[in-house]
Amino acid sequence: MTTRLPEVDVVLVGMGWTGALLAKELTDAGHRVVGLERGHPRQTVPDFQSPTMHDELRYAVRHGLMLDPATETVTFRNYQAEVALPVRQLGSFLPGNHLGGAGVHWNGQTWRFQESDFVLKSHLEQRYGRGIIQEGLTIQDWGVTYAELEPHYDRFEKICGIGGKAGNLRGQIQPGGDPFEAPRSDEFPNPPMPQPNAAALFTRAAAEVGAHPFPVPTANLSRPYRNPYGCEMQPCNACGFCERFGCEHFAKASPQVCVLPALMGKPEFELRTLCTVTRVEYDRTAKRATGVTYIDGMGREVFQPAGLVILCAFAYHNARLLLLSGIGQPYDPATGEGSVGKNYTYQTMAGVSVFMDEGTRINPYMGAGALGAAINDWNGEAFDHGGLGFVGGGYIAAYTTGGRPIEHHPVPGDTPRWGSAWKQAVKRHYNSTLSLSVHGSSMPHRGNYLDLDPTYRDSLGNPLLRMTFDFPANDRLMADFVTDKAEEIGRVIAAPRNGRVEASRRRGRYSVVPYQTTHNTGGTIMGTNPRDSVLNRYLQCWDAHNVFVMGASTFAHNPGYNPTGTVGALALWAARAIRDDYMRDPRPLVQA
Amino acid sequence: MSTPDLSRRGLLIAGGTAAATPVVVPAQAQPHAHGQAPAAPPAPHVWEFFTGDEAAMVSAAMERLIPADPESPGAIAAGVPEFIDRQLAGSYGTGSRLYRQGPFREGTAEQGYQLPFTPATLYRAALPAFAGWTRQNYGRAFQDLDQRLQDEVLRKLETGEAVFEAAPSSLFFETLLANTIEGFFSDPIHGGNRDMIGWKLVGFPGPYAGYVELVGRHNLRFDRTPRGIAQAMAEHAHHAAPMNHR
Repeated sequence: MTTRLPEVDVVLVGMGWTGALLAKELTDAGHRVVGLERGHPRQTVPDFQSPTMHDELRYAVRHGLMLDPATETVTFRNYQAEVALPVRQLGSFLPGNHLGGAGVHWNGQTWRFQESDFVLKSHLEQRYGRGIIQEGLTIQDWGVTYAELEPHYDRFEKICGIGGKAGNLRGQIQPGGDPFEAPRSDEFPNPPMPQPNAAALFTRAAAEVGAHPFPVPTANLSRPYRNPYGCEMQPCNACGFCERFGCEHFAKASPQVCVLPALMGKPEFELRTLCTVTRVEYDRTAKRATGVTYIDGMGREVFQPAGLVILCAFAYHNARLLLLSGIGQPYDPATGEGSVGKNYTYQTMAGVSVFMDEGTRINPYMGAGALGAAINDWNGEAFDHGGLGFVGGGYIAAYTTGGRPIEHHPVPGDTPRWGSAWKQAVKRHYNSTLSLSVHGSSMPHRGNYLDLDPTYRDSLGNPLLRMTFDFPANDRLMADFVTDKAEEIGRVIAAPRNGRVEASRRRGRYSVVPYQTTHNTGGTIMGTNPRDSVLNRYLQCWDAHNVFVMGASTFAHNPGYNPTGTVGALALWAARAIRDDYMRDPRPLVQA
Repeated sequence: MSTPDLSRRGLLIAGGTAAATPVVVPAQAQPHAHGQAPAAPPAPHVWEFFTGDEAAMVSAAMERLIPADPESPGAIAAGVPEFIDRQLAGSYGTGSRLYRQGPFREGTAEQGYQLPFTPATLYRAALPAFAGWTRQNYGRAFQDLDQRLQDEVLRKLETGEAVFEAAPSSLFFETLLANTIEGFFSDPIHGGNRDMIGWKLVGFPGPYAGYVELVGRHNLRFDRTPRGIAQAMAEHAHHAAPMNHR
């Protein structure tokens, strides 16, 4: 027996970053919005309070803020010929749960993509010729340009209070910033954080090899700040508990700090928690959604009719919802036809460790999620790929995110795994090891995709999402190339410090076991036409004009940057189109 | 999130349906080696998950994984056995964050853990096998072997050379190792890292602090005595009234 509720203007599925932004923007325009969140409500006070929030075992190791796999997980295989098996415990990626989603436990590393990323296929073929893109890579243009998104990047950075130094202000290269960034219309709203020892060592060494280091743009606040929604933020005190934790200091941008205070209590908005949306109800003939069906906290099935449905769930959940709802054509890797589940991408991570003399102290616990310096000399199209055999790239960064010792106790690779020698090495290297991150792009490949699993189900009895993924040869070459550069910088750092450099290269098949990143992207991609993409340039479904999809699932490939800056910019870009155009005249905003 | 740790093995599983007869064993505390006033002797631990024999066996094994040495105490002094006992008796032990639906089948290494064990059922299955295998091959209980032979046994678990019928010995070893490291370095509120022995080893000052004024002081020697969550809470309580009047 399904309970049918009165219709609302807009229903949002998921209340993380994009749900919060859409709710704020659309209620400001007077629309009645219901936000459905499958987790619990939570706020900075009392849910993220110290000292109990600073519990590495509970939150970082036991994943206290993450989605419980017993409720829902994905199945995984490297290739179609394998049988996908469930990810029984979280590892490679950590999707969030509850109000605020992964926007609560992120680090705050906030980047813009390059101009070329949004027109990647056109750009690469024009610059290098058609042969540059390896057989099997399904690189596409996104349908939107950087210039169109720029005002929305700017606004999202101001909503978050990002600290940084512009490197390219309206086309003028600025000292101290990233000379390879796309032109920005304005400075960052706040200055960078102070730079710790690891970042300073990296900065000097990177400059020595001819690269262009700068402080990473950070959503850890560098000073008190009031954002455009009127929300107050406080300075970060570098406690070293960002990633996998909520911030008690109102100092890390999150939906709770930057948006919800200006949203909750508005008469146009209703938040419903413990409501798990199981499908979007779809009228195939009219090519319209009629609303969403969800299971509430008491286990009751409820139908919420809505004029507009916006999927704001974590990336791969959006693809699963479209597949469960029968909206759009599922991607078929055999024919290349269909688009739902296509171009699932990830992030190609590698790293370099520099083990230094004991007099060099990193003090790794004096950290913050985005505290550090980076270079983009070998990211995206900042360098010439002619003759290299791959496209894409990555940034190299020295972050000091926190020295929590269950997970952070670096030792050289030839150290025994336990016993006295291990213990001595842990003591010796804890405070004098510098880690360089190689944060590489992930290019879409025709064999990497998402569909529904034929065997395994979630706790409500619905099919799990099946993930088929391995790193394409292009990305392995890219990762080796950038890791070589990181190793070279590592050697410059190590030389005067009696140090030793070890690279963790991208080797072997993709595994769901070790943590890499929670940058799962693609699956409901935007594009220029309905044959190749799920969404048009306004993130509107080609197959249902009153369904929009937000988040990193819309990325046609994943560049060598963290996704949240672009997730926010795209959400604000789509919100503008919905508010100023679609709601006045509901229709497809792009003719197929 | 970005710090890659491509080498760290995924934390694995363990344990069972408790039912252990509570046996009171005095916790083995030793004064720590750093010259502060000795801590008050901890209250005796009532084992919730392990039997007395099992506690003696796994304690000996943990002490080989993180041994005491002349400079600093090891796993037993840090309360790691008591930590793991509590973990196995609680929600971690019951597999609260595991997808446990079948069918179960063997997968590739890249597909990760695919067995039906919870942490508690794994320990429950592996502990008798560990005890029996050691006695059969070495003639005595693990805890009665000398350290060299204990290390040899543990290496045979680690490599899987010791074959247990009930559960993979290497899975048990990896779980024990991961849990031991957790118990050595986690906040003392969870029962391990007693007297912050683990944190003092590496110089981690504890979880509750703000360093923003110190970030720019490179190579700063920072030797503050660590504080845990419990001390921070006590200080909060102490300051609660004045702070409310600000």
